[in-house]
Amino acid sequence: MGVGRNVTVVYFLLSLVLLPVRMSLVELPEPSVSIPRDVDMSSSPTRNDDLKEMLENNKESLKLEAMKRIVGLIAKGKNASELFPAVVKNVASKNIELKKLVYVYLVRYAEEQQDLALLSISTFQRALKDPNQLIRASALRVLSSIRVPIIIPIMMLAIKEAASDMSPYVRKTSAHAIQKLYSLDPDQKEHLIEVIEKLLKDKSTLVAGSVVMAFEEVCPERIDLIHKNYRKLCNLLVDVEEWGQVVIISMLTRYARTQFTSPWREDGVFDENSERAFYESDEEKTRDDTEIKPYTMDPDHRLLLRNTKPLLQSRNTAVVMSVAQLYWHLAPRNEVSIVTKSLVRLLRSHREVQYIVLQNIATMSIQRKGMFEPYMKSFYVRSTDATHIKSLKLEILTNLANEANISTILREFQTYVKSQDKQFAAGTIQAIGRCATNISEVTDTCLNGLVLLLSNRDETVVAESVVVIKKLLQAQPSQHSDIIKHMAKLLDNITVSMARASILWLIGEYCERVPKIAPDVLRKMAKSFTSEEDIVKLQTVNLAAKLYLTNSKQTKLLTQYILNLGKYDQNYDIRDRTRFIRQLIVPNEKSGALSKYARRILLAPKPAPVLESAYKDRDRYQLGTLSHTINTKASGYLELSDWPAVAPDQSVRNVEVIEPVRIHPSICTALFHFCPDSPPSFFHISCYCPSLPSEKSSSQSEKSSSESDIEQKKKKKMKKPPQKKNVKPPNKDRYQSVMCKPNSWVGPGFGACVCVCDFSSCRMNLLRPHLFSRRLSVSGPAFVPEKSHNLLHRMTGKGLAAQYQFTRQPCLYQPNMVSVQISLTNTSDHRLEQIHIGERSPAGLKIHCFNTIEFLEPDASVTVSMGIDFNDSTQAANFQLCTKEDQFSVSIQPAVGDLFLAVTMTEQDFRKEQGKLQGMNECSATITVTAENTSSQPLNRRVAAMANVGVVPSGQDNVHRFAGKTACSGAVLLVTVELRESSAAVITINTEKSVMGSMLLRDLKKSLAQA
Amino acid sequence: MIHSLFLVNSSGDIFLEKHWKSVVSRSVCDYFFEAQERASEPENVPPVIPTPHHYLISVLRHRIYFVAVIQSEVPPLFVIEFLHRVVDTFQDYFGVCTEAAIKDNVVVVYELLEEMLDNGFPLATESNILKELIKPPTILRTVVNTITGSTNVGEQLPTGQLSVVPWRRTGVKYTNNEAYFDVVEEIDAIIDKSGSTITAEIQGVIDACVKLTGMPDLTLSFMNPRLLDDVSFHPCVRFKRWEAERILSFIPPDGNFRLLSYHVSSQNLVAIPVYVKHNITFREGSSQGRFELTLGPKQTMGKGVEAVLVNSQLPRGVLNTNLNPSQGTYTFDPVTKLLTWDVGKINPQKLPSLKGSMSLQAGASKPDENPTINIQFKIQQSALSGLKVNRLDMYGEKYKPFKGIKYMTKAGKFQVRT
Repeated sequence: MGVGRNVTVVYFLLSLVLLPVRMSLVELPEPSVSIPRDVDMSSSPTRNDDLKEMLENNKESLKLEAMKRIVGLIAKGKNASELFPAVVKNVASKNIELKKLVYVYLVRYAEEQQDLALLSISTFQRALKDPNQLIRASALRVLSSIRVPIIIPIMMLAIKEAASDMSPYVRKTSAHAIQKLYSLDPDQKEHLIEVIEKLLKDKSTLVAGSVVMAFEEVCPERIDLIHKNYRKLCNLLVDVEEWGQVVIISMLTRYARTQFTSPWREDGVFDENSERAFYESDEEKTRDDTEIKPYTMDPDHRLLLRNTKPLLQSRNTAVVMSVAQLYWHLAPRNEVSIVTKSLVRLLRSHREVQYIVLQNIATMSIQRKGMFEPYMKSFYVRSTDATHIKSLKLEILTNLANEANISTILREFQTYVKSQDKQFAAGTIQAIGRCATNISEVTDTCLNGLVLLLSNRDETVVAESVVVIKKLLQAQPSQHSDIIKHMAKLLDNITVSMARASILWLIGEYCERVPKIAPDVLRKMAKSFTSEEDIVKLQTVNLAAKLYLTNSKQTKLLTQYILNLGKYDQNYDIRDRTRFIRQLIVPNEKSGALSKYARRILLAPKPAPVLESAYKDRDRYQLGTLSHTINTKASGYLELSDWPAVAPDQSVRNVEVIEPVRIHPSICTALFHFCPDSPPSFFHISCYCPSLPSEKSSSQSEKSSSESDIEQKKKKKMKKPPQKKNVKPPNKDRYQSVMCKPNSWVGPGFGACVCVCDFSSCRMNLLRPHLFSRRLSVSGPAFVPEKSHNLLHRMTGKGLAAQYQFTRQPCLYQPNMVSVQISLTNTSDHRLEQIHIGERSPAGLKIHCFNTIEFLEPDASVTVSMGIDFNDSTQAANFQLCTKEDQFSVSIQPAVGDLFLAVTMTEQDFRKEQGKLQGMNECSATITVTAENTSSQPLNRRVAAMANVGVVPSGQDNVHRFAGKTACSGAVLLVTVELRESSAAVITINTEKSVMGSMLLRDLKKSLAQA
Repeated sequence: MIHSLFLVNSSGDIFLEKHWKSVVSRSVCDYFFEAQERASEPENVPPVIPTPHHYLISVLRHRIYFVAVIQSEVPPLFVIEFLHRVVDTFQDYFGVCTEAAIKDNVVVVYELLEEMLDNGFPLATESNILKELIKPPTILRTVVNTITGSTNVGEQLPTGQLSVVPWRRTGVKYTNNEAYFDVVEEIDAIIDKSGSTITAEIQGVIDACVKLTGMPDLTLSFMNPRLLDDVSFHPCVRFKRWEAERILSFIPPDGNFRLLSYHVSSQNLVAIPVYVKHNITFREGSSQGRFELTLGPKQTMGKGVEAVLVNSQLPRGVLNTNLNPSQGTYTFDPVTKLLTWDVGKINPQKLPSLKGSMSLQAGASKPDENPTINIQFKIQQSALSGLKVNRLDMYGEKYKPFKGIKYMTKAGKFQVRT
């Protein structure tokens, strides 16, 4: 039947191809949907033949249909391996979906059909060179997934090549391929580590997670590979995709435990060693105290904690959990509690998530009650919870119980005991028992409550109560003969063997407190001995023995009867025990020696059992791991090492900065420049502190890169005299470099202004002593346009391409020049030599040229900066860009806004300056601004994008002021934007350079009026 | 990390398998079936099951078990979160995530799983990226593909993969630009016998449906952001901006997504919107029990309580019920002992009630616990915590979008102990 149906399907498809127009559209979708469904109807070879036929057909649609059905087979777990030759032919198909499905098939069956799989390799090798990165990546994915040992060298080569691919996506794929190759052939480890080392240096956030995963899989012991990348990983962390975050965080947890010293020493209250320390003699302790230096946290340790904290707000529960475990294992004790809220939040998630999180909270709450106590109510059990969730909540509530909240918890427990879920009710009784032993104030209350439960109708509840009462009584047997009597009565009704055994044991143990009842119980037990469970029989024998020793008059015969029954029992344990007891208590000539001590053996005071949490020992596993969940060491579990006593060398994590820019001694400023090869949302900020003219200009102070930007800000805000900053730091040769993320979740093109806003306040104070003419201090640009302009197209430049960009920084070479950054790329296939600047026009044009570039390799690029004196005009600067062989005329055309330098001034100074520049120095216009430009931030952004001016803090909400000066003559430029009702705005520009003023006005009008 | 995935339906059949490394025999699932047999309810199957050579981590959604096979140490939440993400993706693609839907779209499912994991490590889980790689099946597209031979599979690397906003695809175009935000709050509460609140808390989410052209940059501000105690964001939200200004600033993904989930600080007292009067008694020795239930609105700020649904797991001893609802319909399943009363809307003038008797098993002793009552309800146009969105602004694009904000309060785990 299946065959027939498929034939019709084929026929249908054929007719569909031939007569597409005549088919009604409603009917069309149905067959293609239903085909996978009838795949399982039979697996006769004939049907596969028909698939083979389809695959060998020339029609792509038929092939595709066949592949879809084959994938359906694979999904069902049916064997489709005999189609391998027919399928593998299509690996080079042009149709991308067909190709993908063939890939799926290949990966599934290549291992079984290694020889045939080799046929496809050349296709992948070709695809690895494809210009489309998606095709390169998927070729590598499939090639590395084919588990055929012969192609290991090819894989290795492909991985190495892909690791230096232009596309970060392909590099990511190569990181995944490393693991695949390693699992196929562990002998390649050394080569693979080289690739890992290379990829670890990658700055792309896309690669970071995958390469750390490969590191964890291949060489977790090579912790030394991490040193140089540690800070980068910490800083990239927020931008890495969520799955990578989990892997990186867990790796960094391990790393930190080997590299930093314990932050727990000072408040050692919770420390594992505190108990030992407590018992140590005072003498020793004082000696210890003098030895312990005050703990200061390694700044790198702090960096990790600080950069992971925002991830607690992640939507991904695994990320939150991994941050929580990082804090648990690494943070000072008083900081761990910040994770509580987030963990409790996870309890709102799916059932499975709750399960894992509750397990971890259970372990945490044993050591740190205080962390979760305020959230106690979040652990209240709901009747709809799954049983394992219920028991975990119970566990946590028990851990949290203390003198203050025990009454609330017990009231809650009372409800649980009545639950219809009897397993849960039994768990509650155990929990009550634990509360009773832990908190002595409530022991009696609990015991009374449990005794009441003895009259419960449900047997499991009663049985559990008996067991718990037994444990409690054992802890304090003083005056509880009433309870024991009550329990003796229960023996008639209870059938649960564990409970019966417990009662018998209790009566035996305290038989002297219930002298009248005990023999009677023994009598009853003797009657039913044969029908009891083994555990009850054992306890009956015990009871008999104990009574024989204390009250032999009444029980001698009974005991002998029971011992006789036991002697012929089917269970050898019971026979054994009977024999042993008989020898022990019944004196005869052989065993005289031991029977003297029988009483002391059997009736020795026994230590009370300790009721403790099942999660007590779980903390030996790292939290959040699989091993912690299953409470055994899972394969591949990496032990978390103890803190080192002495911290290893910190300097291993220092990274050299690429190349410090020379600084003109008179200018001190923070230089912001884009780091060309880092992701766009990052700014490479190098801060150079001022070197005073009186001092040697080489003295550069430095600051550890790991210090927080907040701290820096604070420091600068404190208005330290500049001299102080020049105190030489311990290691002079370390350049400071702050790889800082201005606003970690900021989108593209937005970061610049936020970042600078953050820093502007500090810069003002820093710069105050260095005044330019007219009390104008130049500040860094409020906004650096990312736009770069073409200087030389690669076609006209015979392979040399050049782009320029206005950095808007004060020029380092001459204060009246505008600094321009030029990036040169060699797109030809030979090296270009001696790139320099040749003739210029107009002849008087002053240019500070870059040093001649000796050579530029093919595909290499270099960024240089130069200064141009535009003489405050927008006239283009024309010059020649020369290589060894050629000269190209190029020109740089500045926009009027780029000819200014941003200055900072107060509102007061602004008004004063404005007063001086009235009349013909003022030009203004009224415009209608778009809605979004009415608030201050977008407006500031727009103005700053247009012209390099600094924002003047304004007292009025609707008036925005900006100040700048022209680069060449230093003439003041003041811009005022006043917002009126109904989105009207007046732009006023005051400057003595009225031509520039009116040009700028025109540009601003255009910019603000458009959305 | 994740070695294989098996999909098991409620009757215990494996209907789909996918392997990312070498093939693991499906017999490994026997350990899972064993655990399933031991568990009294489907929910009671432990999420992590160790077997001699593998570890099974499973999630249960839409009555399908997604069983992942793990070979070595991996954070269990990593796998669980991923599996839930798989289910969400299926739901997003096929509208529902049922066995039939998965079987019908087995090829798309396979293509998706192939893209989502590489060698067991998540590769692309962002819905915007996946949709560029593999287009969701629609009837129209199936028709077009059959005729023209074009495919659902994209040929280019999704732009999002490489950008700093991986969650948004580029080149989005709409004729109607609109952005809708739903503020949905759920109230979790346990009410005790006497009607006093044992615990009550409000959790909320803001779900968004944003269909805007280009790369819009949105900011959303609240009238009373201080209400939000603990928040978790979609990765698109700029965290620093929230920390500093309590403003949500983000470039949204295209389509539906959850912008924010929050917890309302526990200092604020929670107003319980409904009350329940109940009188459920079983008499000793008699085979009859009384059942009386009345619902009423309380502190609802003038908004109607709708879609009220009451259910309760009656004790095992109850054989049948003979109840009379003043409105709505009620059902009692004598096998599972589940009582369901679909009340509908609560009319404050005429409170809905359900009264009558229960017949108990003859000779059985009186059940020692009264059943817990679970209540579901909805209150439209109001967020219980009082959270209000102040304004929504868009930057970066020129057009004027249509903006809409909807508030709703729902019962979460709302239980009344009787």
